Amino acid sequence: MGSQYSFDHPDPHNAFITICHEAEYGEGPLSGIPVAVKDNISTAGIETTCGSNILKGYIPPYDAHVITLLRSAGAAIVGKTNMDEFGMGTTTETSAFGPTLNPADTTRAPGGSSGGSAAAVASGMVHMALGTDTGGSIRCPASFCGIVGLKPTYGRVSRYGLIAYANSMEQIGPLAGNVRDCALLYSVIAGHDPRDGTSLDLPAPAPLKPEIAGKRIGVPAEFFGEGVDPTVASVVQSGIDRLEGLGAEIISCSMPSMQYALAAYYVTSMSEASSNLGRYDGVRFGMAPDFVRLWHDAYSHIRKTGFGEEVRRRILLGSFALSAGYKGKYYAKAQAARQMVRNDFARLFETVDMLAGPTMPCVALPLGETSNPLSMYLADILTVPANLAGVPALSVPCGTAHTLPVGLQLIGKHGAEDEILSAALAFEEGSA
Amino acid sequence: MTVIIGLEIHCQLNTKTKLFCGCSTDYRDDGPNTHVCPICLGLPGTLPVTNKQAVLYALKVAKALHCEVPAFSEFARKNYFYPDLPKAFQITQYDKPLAVGGYIEIEAESGGEKRVQLTRIHMEEDPGRLVHKGSGDRGRYTLVDYNRSGVPLIEIVTEPELSSPKEARRFLNKLRATLEYLGIYDPEREGSLRVDANISIKGYERVEVKNITSYKGVEKALTFEITRQKGMIRRNAPIVRETRHYQEARGVTTSARSKEEEHDYRYFPEPDLAPLEVSSWVPEIVLPELPDARRDRFMQQYGISQNHARTLTGDLKLAEFFEEVASDMPEIAAPWTADILLGELNYRDMPVTKVPVPHYIALLLEVKKGSVTDTSAVEILRLILNQVIEEEKPEMPGEIIVRLGLSKEGGDSIVDTVASVLKEHEAAVADHRAGKAGAINFLVGQVMKATRGRADPKEIAKIITDLLKD
Ligand SMILES: [Zn+2]
Repeated sequence: MGSQYSFDHPDPHNAFITICHEAEYGEGPLSGIPVAVKDNISTAGIETTCGSNILKGYIPPYDAHVITLLRSAGAAIVGKTNMDEFGMGTTTETSAFGPTLNPADTTRAPGGSSGGSAAAVASGMVHMALGTDTGGSIRCPASFCGIVGLKPTYGRVSRYGLIAYANSMEQIGPLAGNVRDCALLYSVIAGHDPRDGTSLDLPAPAPLKPEIAGKRIGVPAEFFGEGVDPTVASVVQSGIDRLEGLGAEIISCSMPSMQYALAAYYVTSMSEASSNLGRYDGVRFGMAPDFVRLWHDAYSHIRKTGFGEEVRRRILLGSFALSAGYKGKYYAKAQAARQMVRNDFARLFETVDMLAGPTMPCVALPLGETSNPLSMYLADILTVPANLAGVPALSVPCGTAHTLPVGLQLIGKHGAEDEILSAALAFEEGSA
Repeated sequence: MTVIIGLEIHCQLNTKTKLFCGCSTDYRDDGPNTHVCPICLGLPGTLPVTNKQAVLYALKVAKALHCEVPAFSEFARKNYFYPDLPKAFQITQYDKPLAVGGYIEIEAESGGEKRVQLTRIHMEEDPGRLVHKGSGDRGRYTLVDYNRSGVPLIEIVTEPELSSPKEARRFLNKLRATLEYLGIYDPEREGSLRVDANISIKGYERVEVKNITSYKGVEKALTFEITRQKGMIRRNAPIVRETRHYQEARGVTTSARSKEEEHDYRYFPEPDLAPLEVSSWVPEIVLPELPDARRDRFMQQYGISQNHARTLTGDLKLAEFFEEVASDMPEIAAPWTADILLGELNYRDMPVTKVPVPHYIALLLEVKKGSVTDTSAVEILRLILNQVIEEEKPEMPGEIIVRLGLSKEGGDSIVDTVASVLKEHEAAVADHRAGKAGAINFLVGQVMKATRGRADPKEIAKIITDLLKD
């Protein structure tokens, strides 16, 4: 160790919450490469806020497992990127540190919640960044900013040090300007970690090569259902035609559980969040309480002033979904629906190698336009199924609609990141 | 009025490390917040990893108590806010506990054996500890010590089958002994066994009494609560379903604020931990000899009474001590250890492990030889125990006998003493001759006084009657 990377870029898109102007780096596959890290991943000695006032000033005493891996791969960690508060959003506008601008069109949001990471890559400040994906938070901004983003299989990347929003669905994953960089960063962070009880012990990622010919690609009709912008749909359809042109076999199929996916996702994620976010009480870290108050008054004061509106909404809804008398109606039903989604994927993957469709039903939205939370939730409809089932999924640029980037989503079998990355590389390079 | 009691017992497992992190659990002599890490402090981003040793210990208990271990169990989150709970949830088990069913056999109040059925055993983590400081309205504040945060616990829940405080105490004694025999719990550790009790009078509402922090307090707490409930019924006052706290210092239960009862814990499966599939571990677990088996062996091997055997095996250290000293004189060692030594130890609040074994064996040998009276032997025992407490080097019984002249008087010298006592108390002798009962007791007392307890009272009485016959 010991070499210094000087990171001296201006940040016109507000991609970063914290910039490390001097970043140490070492030897390894990422030696001297600047990497940006989403601000919900714990970094020893570097403030980690989750985009929230409640964690302002919190400097973790330990590194997340992925940070340990990045450091030992020689990477220079150049900063912590902006995000929707605790990952709760699809635009990066719920951040306590102001919105991030989409480098493709600065009047628009970059998507979220890993909007800062996507903007840092799309603007060329860094070649690669880490994001996290609970219901599409890597793939959505990748799609909206015109870059590549991968949500790995649940358990493929250690969550140790990832500040939890919805534990049973989220994964840390790479965002990069192209498939090769994305796969390189993925190969560094994937692997078993005994500190994460849900971590998988799978073989190391295989070397990347373009490979699509002969693959059977399923296209569920529901991926082009109601609510998908027709222009986006036709751009993605022509992308799927290109896959066919490269030798893939396109198979029409159906995923009926899609109608329950969004509700299952939101009920589950809010329930888990309501529990995960209980620890922000001002006693041990972050905002300090007013000690003159009684403890319950101090708690409610801290939580009322420290959390933003969207976070408070989700905590309340999640608490409700788990409460006595309603748990059976909401949380338990969501788990049943989640099992239906898993079953649908299992059934489809008996006959196809991967699924393809749009990553997002629309293009990047103008800043300030998502004041209605329900319409924001609806935008996640195409990304949440992969999180509910724990299967890997990526977004790769597919063209433009309304002059804005459109992403093609590929969803793979459990543990089949190599397969969808190879297909994405073939798609990107136009060669099988 | 039939009393119905069910118990919930929390027992700290004496694993080396905590339930979900690598911190040491041996913080007894260390300062506050010295055995903590990001995980047990609940820092953002940390994840629990289950301590396999703790699961094995819990399974050991399940096997010893004849429970069934389901193929699949899981951890769940119990959500509530409290300053000693760093994550604002406790990782525990809810509807899929580690073990179900099982039983413990105790001596019933009505005599004979009683089988107390268990509902379940589950695992959970201990919260931290609050330390209240200062006084007055403005000066009061509370400190939090997270050393205990994450220490593994098992909770053992009984069916409501106990019918008196005495049975509850017997149940806890048996449970405590079993846990100690299993080597999974440290009885010396403060708060290592904590009890909540559900108490009702048949036909009336159930009351939960929490916060019984010593198992010795249980009988007192239950007795108080039953008396209170019976009093309410006699006065036709309603018994409300509520939670009450036991105030150890005052020996009373007081109503908890209703606010605390309105908890909705919002349980759901802990998403950070895979389900436990450990039923296949159970057949591999080898259990040590447990209290009942040891009791039966003591009766057979040493030929001692069931009562003595039960007392001596009711505590692991006591049982081990007995086996060390019993060897070829169990008929003396059993009553001396169970009836006399135990009483002396309880009086001094002294553990049996502090009794010097060679001294105690030597004392039993003196008793066996008949060289001292029982009264003198007790005096010698007390002296030795006091010397241990004072941290003096204890004297051997032989030395004490010589130093204090405690050698049992007998034969001619005792006859001489009796004769001289009779001469001194002619009035009492006359009373005895006149058939006044009680006179003989007075004379025996006088001889005992003259010999400073070194003579056997029965023997004296016999000598007196013999001498006065002539
Ligand atoms: Zn710890």
